[in-house]
Amino acid sequence: MVDKKAYQNKEEIAWCPGCGNFSIRTTLQEALAELNLEPHQVLIASGIGQAAKLPHYLKINGFNGLHGRAIPVGTSLAAIRKDLKIIVESGDGDIYGEGGNHFLHAFRRNPNLALFVHNNQVYGLTKGQASPTSEMGMKTGVQVKGVKNLPLNPLLLALAGGATFVARSFAGNRKHLKEMMQQAIQHRGLAFLDILQPCVTFNKINTFQWYKERVYQLGEDHNSESWEKALEKAREWGEKIPTGIFYRKERRIFAEEFPELSREEIYDPRERIYCWPELLENFK
Amino acid sequence: MFNIRIGGQAGQGMNTIGSLLAKALLRMGYHVFTCKDYMSRIRGGHNFSDIRFGPEPLQGGTEKVDILLALNEETWELHKNAVGENGMLVYDEEDFTPKGEKETRKGLPLSKKAEEIGDKRIAGVIALGFIHSLLGLSPDALKNILSEKFSGEILEKNIEALQWGHEQGEETFSVKPAEGLKGTKLINGNNAIGLGALVAGVQFYSAYPMTPSTGVLNFLAQHGERFNILVEQAEDEIAAINMALGASFGGVRAMTGTSGGGFSLMVEGLGLAGITETPLVILNAQRPGPATGLPTRTEQGDLEFVIHASQGEFPRIVLAPRDVANAFNKTVRAFNLADKYQVPVIILSDQFLGDSEQTVAEFDPEAVQINRGKLIKDYQEDTPYLRYRFTEDGISPRLIPGEKGQVVLADSDEHNEAGNIIEDAPTRAQMVEKRMQRMEKISEETEPPLYHGPDPDQTDFILVSWGSTYGPVEEARVALTAEGMKLGHYSFSDIWPLPKGEWKENLRGKGWILVENNYSSQLGSLLQKEGLGKPEIFIGKYDGRPFNADELKRRIKKEVASRG
Repeated sequence: MVDKKAYQNKEEIAWCPGCGNFSIRTTLQEALAELNLEPHQVLIASGIGQAAKLPHYLKINGFNGLHGRAIPVGTSLAAIRKDLKIIVESGDGDIYGEGGNHFLHAFRRNPNLALFVHNNQVYGLTKGQASPTSEMGMKTGVQVKGVKNLPLNPLLLALAGGATFVARSFAGNRKHLKEMMQQAIQHRGLAFLDILQPCVTFNKINTFQWYKERVYQLGEDHNSESWEKALEKAREWGEKIPTGIFYRKERRIFAEEFPELSREEIYDPRERIYCWPELLENFK
Repeated sequence: MFNIRIGGQAGQGMNTIGSLLAKALLRMGYHVFTCKDYMSRIRGGHNFSDIRFGPEPLQGGTEKVDILLALNEETWELHKNAVGENGMLVYDEEDFTPKGEKETRKGLPLSKKAEEIGDKRIAGVIALGFIHSLLGLSPDALKNILSEKFSGEILEKNIEALQWGHEQGEETFSVKPAEGLKGTKLINGNNAIGLGALVAGVQFYSAYPMTPSTGVLNFLAQHGERFNILVEQAEDEIAAINMALGASFGGVRAMTGTSGGGFSLMVEGLGLAGITETPLVILNAQRPGPATGLPTRTEQGDLEFVIHASQGEFPRIVLAPRDVANAFNKTVRAFNLADKYQVPVIILSDQFLGDSEQTVAEFDPEAVQINRGKLIKDYQEDTPYLRYRFTEDGISPRLIPGEKGQVVLADSDEHNEAGNIIEDAPTRAQMVEKRMQRMEKISEETEPPLYHGPDPDQTDFILVSWGSTYGPVEEARVALTAEGMKLGHYSFSDIWPLPKGEWKENLRGKGWILVENNYSSQLGSLLQKEGLGKPEIFIGKYDGRPFNADELKRRIKKEVASRG
């Protein structure tokens, strides 16, 4: 069994004390270690924002790219590096806002990766503006009279888009979060996990207490094979917020036919291209 | 040198007819050059292709038409002035009747006969048979090509059409084939770039379709499965470049391709390649801009843009292929340079090069070297691997993620050697220097411009071109030399960083004539920065059409004459 300490590094952390990111990080370490994955076997592609700094605070392969663009990076990596476990990880502003188009198309492709979105319903790194999931009426320095746009429902979007794994968890329940992360990592295809997380500095509405009073776990009676039931549950938000696996199904993954490349084949692509002159026959 | 123009509406099969004719001429031993002039629509409008051929290598079109195959009346109206005194018009006699009787106008019952044979679509093949007879050529080569394409009843009808057409004319023109032409192929710029990428070992190509770059996407998609190349049509160009970067970080050779508008969307990703030091090849097949511009036409308007695109400073390389063979070589070279210097390399092509076919000598696969630079197979040191380790040449050993005991971290923030975010001043300065210092090394390796002509000291003027204008400029130079002018020609292909070499000294204080397919003289601005001053004469073109030697000759002569 891999020790979770294998994932520890010594970087100075830029998150606020009490931030939900800490528990997400620790939980991810445990989830990976318990799945017997070593740091070199996992790669996190992230975007920009406080959540997206995660690969810096773990000893793990990472591509910390552009704001909103982690999904395309993870998609190609999942296709050409079938030997690695790919996790795309970022915040709600990054994945649902800046990267919205990639979020939509990711479900169509169904690449073999786990998508973890830290959803605190607010922008952290740019200091407290509304995010796509902020509730109507929330006042910020920009939305001075309160948010007037409807919040986006990422689970509904994912289900409508053809997602093969849709789940939600809460950073305040680490046991549940770990279970969800492990299920997501083991899913064959795109496993989308929306992680509710309080922002202690900028979100004074959706606090730890607020979530704690509302979240509940989907029971045994929830049929995660039923798309209709999943839709129904995904629409539930307010006094009660369901967590757990809403929907799960197997489907062709992105680049399924593309072979797993050995390190040798990656290093020397010439080896696999030996009969290209026959292509020239098309041009005579 | 002989020029056949085939014109009509989109959807009339001009591409097929033109391609059959070009292939037949190639197999009969001619040098061939074809170019397409088409509108951004699927049906209707006016499109034409030129098939130019003869005993000498050809790298550009011409204004003069020797045979015009007009598939509608509009083609005749638009092109009649281009048809020379002895030039021949071939048309469908049921379509229209050109005003004024002339021996060099031959109407055939193209569609009527095609229907009689039993397939409307073979009208063009009848015309091809007729054109063969005008040129005194046997239809055998074309017969072979048809039998490779079709079989059974369809083939029989095609052969019948070809033969009937061939019986309608008699030898009117005589064009000598080239001597000893063997193993040559007829390839356009886009396919040469696709081939180059394939041979260089590209394993991932992502793009969003955009004219005139889509040919490369088509080529690689067609051959992807056979050669294990993952080709993906992305949801937008932003996804395309980020996917390619992910694949490259994963260790494979990766490329993306677009035109100027898509390149604009890719710009942040270009900077990401720069700061993460991730090798990447990006094709920008230029078309006239800005914004949507002229989608199916040509221009060299993006040179300064691609050199300066993105915020911040980072090293990059720009290669502008001068012809089809060069497009193949430069694409292979682009991958090697990207790996060697861990930088983005931009291939700056255009519609003229991408869609034009040229006869090229057989590519030699053995001549293609693969250099993956400091990509390391396994990491031997005792200390943890550092993606951005400081080294003497600024280039760090690159490890593929997945090696036991090691992790690899790339970051778009400024970072330390390990790839972790930093903000301290000394590390930032050191990282900037680490990245930028390689520009000097790269400029030592960039190929100097190709020179044609007498010793530069013996010239009255030196022509300067870059990229795809090479062919027309060189053809004009040769023709003007025959008329007694003393002209040299520098053609830039490795264009950024500007190469070192004696070219600068040879141009300094000389009268030089700059030819660019743009309005503002973009290479001119770069050369001015090098202390070369302004060119004596600037010949620009920004009407969306490529240069040809006839126009260049006229304009050069006029400009030179006006200077006494």
